[in-house]
Amino acid sequence: MIELTQIKKAFNQGRPNEYWALNGIDLSLERGKVTAFCGPSGSGKTTLLTLVGCLSRPTSGRVRFKGEDISGLPERFLTDIRRQSFGFVFQQFNLIKGLSALENVILPGFPTGRPRAELIAAAHILFEQLKLTHRANARVEWLSGGEQQRVAIARALINNPEVIIADEPTANLDTVLSREFMAILEGFTAAGKTVLLTSHDPLVVESTAVHRVIGMRDGCLVDA
Amino acid sequence: MRPSSFAFTLLGALALACAAIFAHSWQLTASDQSRLLANQALVSHLGLTDLALFSEARYTRHPSQADLHSALQDHPGAFDHFPTGSLTRPPAHLTANHERLAGKTTSPD
Amino acid sequence: MNVWLEKQRHLIDFTLASLARRKTKNLGLLLVYTLLVAVLASLTLFTNALRSEAAYVLAGSPEVILQRMVAGRHDLIPPGYFDKIGRIRGVQKKEGRLWGYYYDPVLKANYTFMARPAEEVADGSIMVGATLARERGLAPHNTISFRSYSGKLFAFEVASVLSPDSELLSADLILLSENDFRAFFEYPAGHYTDIALSVANPQEVRNVAAKLSEALPDSRPILREEVLRTYQSIFDWREGIMLTVLAGAIFAFSILAWEKAAGLSAEEKREIGILKAIGWETGDVIRMKMWEGLLISLSAFLLGLVAAYIHVFYLGAAVFEPVLKGWAVLYPRFALIPAVDGLQIATLFFFTVFPYTAAVLVPIWRAAITDPDSVMR
Repeated sequence: MIELTQIKKAFNQGRPNEYWALNGIDLSLERGKVTAFCGPSGSGKTTLLTLVGCLSRPTSGRVRFKGEDISGLPERFLTDIRRQSFGFVFQQFNLIKGLSALENVILPGFPTGRPRAELIAAAHILFEQLKLTHRANARVEWLSGGEQQRVAIARALINNPEVIIADEPTANLDTVLSREFMAILEGFTAAGKTVLLTSHDPLVVESTAVHRVIGMRDGCLVDA
Repeated sequence: MRPSSFAFTLLGALALACAAIFAHSWQLTASDQSRLLANQALVSHLGLTDLALFSEARYTRHPSQADLHSALQDHPGAFDHFPTGSLTRPPAHLTANHERLAGKTTSPD
Repeated sequence: MNVWLEKQRHLIDFTLASLARRKTKNLGLLLVYTLLVAVLASLTLFTNALRSEAAYVLAGSPEVILQRMVAGRHDLIPPGYFDKIGRIRGVQKKEGRLWGYYYDPVLKANYTFMARPAEEVADGSIMVGATLARERGLAPHNTISFRSYSGKLFAFEVASVLSPDSELLSADLILLSENDFRAFFEYPAGHYTDIALSVANPQEVRNVAAKLSEALPDSRPILREEVLRTYQSIFDWREGIMLTVLAGAIFAFSILAWEKAAGLSAEEKREIGILKAIGWETGDVIRMKMWEGLLISLSAFLLGLVAAYIHVFYLGAAVFEPVLKGWAVLYPRFALIPAVDGLQIATLFFFTVFPYTAAVLVPIWRAAITDPDSVMR
């Protein structure tokens, strides 16, 4: 489903602090599977996810999504693809403070122009699945870490994307909550979604919910 | 209520109020009309020339009738001695009247 | 179209929810903004209404007034002046007028004394303006005495009080008979204050004025159109301490608004990054902010305009009264007749709504084009 060929990514190119985060990645990712990228911080796993998720473009190399080359598309089209096909769960959750859980969840639906009532109904279904219904109208900063992550997950799912991208999903969770997250992950697989995540948490990497573990170090793939 | 509906309702109501202002100001009421006519009649009957808005000095009480120097006569210190002096300028026709003094004379110099 | 509309409504929903997070601050800003618009709009409405009322009412004043100038100040019209004018074609009527000022130490106010024919005001009685009557507590058949400039005391009976509707014109007026006027001011017999001429054909007025200047080089004709022009240019934009004071307020608010609108906090930048990461386009972010600027400035403009209308036409422009009053003791009570100049309101709209919206957009433009992957770093 996603193919990467000779991907390189540089930051601050041409300046004294030039830094190559990725050094030639060739990779093919399957549909419907959970893939975990594992490696120390600075190994380039998050950068790789931003490339796959259309958040940025590679310095060189190609990214193919469902057979289409997306590495050279202008930002407008990237945004379109990102909105329709990818859902993000960020490490810091990145919820908008001051707004309620419900308002946060429907945000990605705004640019699609779907009617508000429809978005709210979809959000309530997700809240029910994630056992968050009672917190729907609470401001996000009043929620616990686990609740905040579930709000972030609901937000990632509101546009019904094919691919879920999660950056260090268990970094801010304790063991119980991490296990809960893995259970949610299995639900995604059952629903036929492709999941990409980064982690160096053994609880994630060794879990049966994860189908494939890819090791990374210094911007290159290594055996896990 | 959806926030945008609330905003639209509020802005709509305000816009209506503003439209009503325009409509209201376009249509003179009968009492306004009669008051204006009565005042106009008073002006032509008494031969009034100015509004009695500022009565403190003659150049503000009758700006159209004052001469250019009246402000200085009322007080030698400053043109804007009275606060309202800074609200109204000497009318243009006062200075225009002195222009004919420049050059053109009927008798030989 | 429907999708577009729904999208804009979503953006408005979001921007309102964002504004609601800092309710006091944003409502405070809206209030100050509204007040500023209200004061500016009041000024526009007030001066415009005053101008149109003056134009309408003073259209009845004499076509030409002839003053005699001596050493740069106007002087009495001496006997024989009428004969010098002679017969000018087009002049229907010429009439010597008698009027002058009297300072009343009781009220510490200036009155305008004006002589009227004996059939209007009998000797020994006066008609007074409503403002003056109110301030001095006068009613018909009361007696009032004034000490003339020569030191003699004159007692008058108030025959009637002029209509309160005409206060804007007659606030300080005292009408008395010609005999009383001459006796009170010891006005030399045969002299007049000025001469009022009526000219039937408006196109003749300028010719008449030219002929008058020629026949009497020491005279100054004041045309009705000049009187009207005086009031058309009264309170011009930029005129007056009121505006100077206002200019300070405008600048202070501009700084405040710029600070508020243009200063983008780290928090807001982070939020824009989040919105972009979850699928908002740069254009969506900018449109959302544009709605914010537009909603705030439009509400402030509309609220301010309504408030100004009420202030000027229903509360008697109470804010301006102390400024207009100046040192005058006699300030007329008047209700202006509503008059709104569409162009002026449009100008005000342009200068209040657009700068604020632009100020909101400038920093957002820079922030919105940042890379969406910044939130992952």
